[in-house]
Amino acid sequence: MDFSQQLSQYLLSGLATGAIYALIGLGFAIIYNSTGIINFAQGEFVMLGGMFGVYFYTVHQFPLVAALLLAVLCAAASGVAFERLAIRPMRRAPPLGLVIITIGGSILVRGIAMLVWGKDTHALPGFSGDEPIILSGATLLPQHLWIFALTVLLIIANKLFFQYTITGKALRACAVNQRAAGLVGIDVRRMVMFSFLLASGMGALAGIIVAPLTMTSYDVGIMLGLKGFCAAIIGGMSNGIGTVLGGLLLGVLEALGAGLISSGYKDAVTFIILLLILFLRPQGLFSRGESERV
Amino acid sequence: MRKLAVMWLALCLVLSAGAVLAEPLRIGALFSVTGPAAFLGEPEKNTLEMLVKEINAKGGVKGQPIEAVIYDTTGDPTKAVQLATKLIKDDKVVAIIGPSTTGETMAVKPITEKEQIPLISCAAGIKITDPVNAWTFKTPANDHIAGEKILNYAVGKGQKTFALLTVSDGFGASGREQLKTLLAKKGLALVADETYGPKDTDMTAQLTKIRASSPDAIICWGTNPGPAVVTRNVKQLGIKIPLYMSHGVASKKYIELAGAEAAEGVMLPAGKLAVFDKLKESDPQAKLLKEYDQAYRKAFGVEASTFGGYAYDALQLIVGAVQKSGASPEQIRTGIEQASNLVGVSGVFTMSASDHNGLDLSAFEMVRIVAGDWSIAQ
Repeated sequence: MDFSQQLSQYLLSGLATGAIYALIGLGFAIIYNSTGIINFAQGEFVMLGGMFGVYFYTVHQFPLVAALLLAVLCAAASGVAFERLAIRPMRRAPPLGLVIITIGGSILVRGIAMLVWGKDTHALPGFSGDEPIILSGATLLPQHLWIFALTVLLIIANKLFFQYTITGKALRACAVNQRAAGLVGIDVRRMVMFSFLLASGMGALAGIIVAPLTMTSYDVGIMLGLKGFCAAIIGGMSNGIGTVLGGLLLGVLEALGAGLISSGYKDAVTFIILLLILFLRPQGLFSRGESERV
Repeated sequence: MRKLAVMWLALCLVLSAGAVLAEPLRIGALFSVTGPAAFLGEPEKNTLEMLVKEINAKGGVKGQPIEAVIYDTTGDPTKAVQLATKLIKDDKVVAIIGPSTTGETMAVKPITEKEQIPLISCAAGIKITDPVNAWTFKTPANDHIAGEKILNYAVGKGQKTFALLTVSDGFGASGREQLKTLLAKKGLALVADETYGPKDTDMTAQLTKIRASSPDAIICWGTNPGPAVVTRNVKQLGIKIPLYMSHGVASKKYIELAGAEAAEGVMLPAGKLAVFDKLKESDPQAKLLKEYDQAYRKAFGVEASTFGGYAYDALQLIVGAVQKSGASPEQIRTGIEQASNLVGVSGVFTMSASDHNGLDLSAFEMVRIVAGDWSIAQ
């Protein structure tokens, strides 16, 4: 096996993992953009998606599509409940307080998942089999294509939603200035709840579609959430292409770091990039600086 | 005066009751029944309770019933230390079984050694019994025995160059060190030495690098789910190099997670409990393992686990020692140290003053996964 083949495998592996990070990062971005808080429980919604998926598919033997929809619905409902019970009563708290509440909430969600489903790891079967696809000497699983497709679909849907629908525009208005948005008749509280619904649903969708590859257990949310957060930070917390590019970049650098330098430093690569970006370009790699975000 | 009479009567009753029932043999146990290591502590507690009941039903040890005082450490070394002190000072136990993890055992060890109470740990860490202390024993086999089993088998197949892929936690780090030492000792070559994080979800980058170094075999050292991901990635990349796993994944869960198709042909050293129904009739452990598994299934509705076996063996060692030399802590200690050819769940124990684990290579069996099930590797 020559070096160029190795390199193409690193790139492909990186892009595949990166797409997962991007998918999760988008959820962070949506909530940040409509509420100004970073929801550290986002990783738990990803976990809930996967676990509900396993629960409906393997335990109750629903067909895959039905299990997928039910899982997304249940996780989205949990997202709304989370907002109602943990975020809304604290609306007067400063953003930092809310961020800490989301951390506490994530520990609670994880704990409940552990008690309900136990500590075992579960696997979902691949949506279209596990036969690898060979691409210029490197290999990829069909599930990776599902992830790429879903990511592209979500970017387009996001774009359309935030640019052209009235709800999307209202959400953006809340992000710019909540008070002004309230003054022109937008129900800000409803919009915040809606953003949680959207983000937890998307997180769950991500969770269920990555579960055949990454497997799922009550504690997968921590690491996946952290990586998704990195992706969103690199992408400057944008709702669209920025976060996706951030995720892909992160995945590729990780794979190259593990392949060309040493696998011992794989996570170090991620966090060094995160720190560098926070120091040097806090507005993210792909967005123009905006004064109110700094 | 009347009060005095009542008390006198009560005293008489207590004394006469004591004469009828023999004083039970009190054995302490520290297991992490809840918390992150609950998968260890729970089967250990179940097994111990089941075995104590069984022994008492048969009339106890030399006519003396056993009473097990079991405490839950929740996997916390500080709590384990407090509970160990409680077992020794308040419950006056003659020996302690557990704790379940290496960290807790290392914390408890100085106390039992100072108080001169035999401690039979259910944790695998090599530092528990190396260097040997007179009062500390352990029942799980050392990791390097599993490593040696793999390398002996591989050498028999003519494999000379190896790639390591180990998880970056305590289990993987210790496995990596010991495998490297063993490879050097046997004059085998290490051509790639890669690691992965316990929560990593994709190891294709490491495996691509390993493939480029073209080893004769890959040894992966970790506990679920990492090895299952590695197994799937190996299949995805179409790597045909033989893959060895550690004894850390010797459960059906691993095959389920990796998928029977991807796990086909993977080899690993397994404790004999995992393959008890495939052992030869002549195997000294075959009968005991079958009985243990059946009894456990009957009592708890699930298959017996290797971890429960650690507690099983610890109690057998104590009972054997009491029968041989006597029931004081000192006599139990001497008795355990003199145990020889004691058939247990984890292996056949032969202790000595310099070996407080007592297991050798025969504790493991090399198995190969064929069609989603274990088969003895030839």
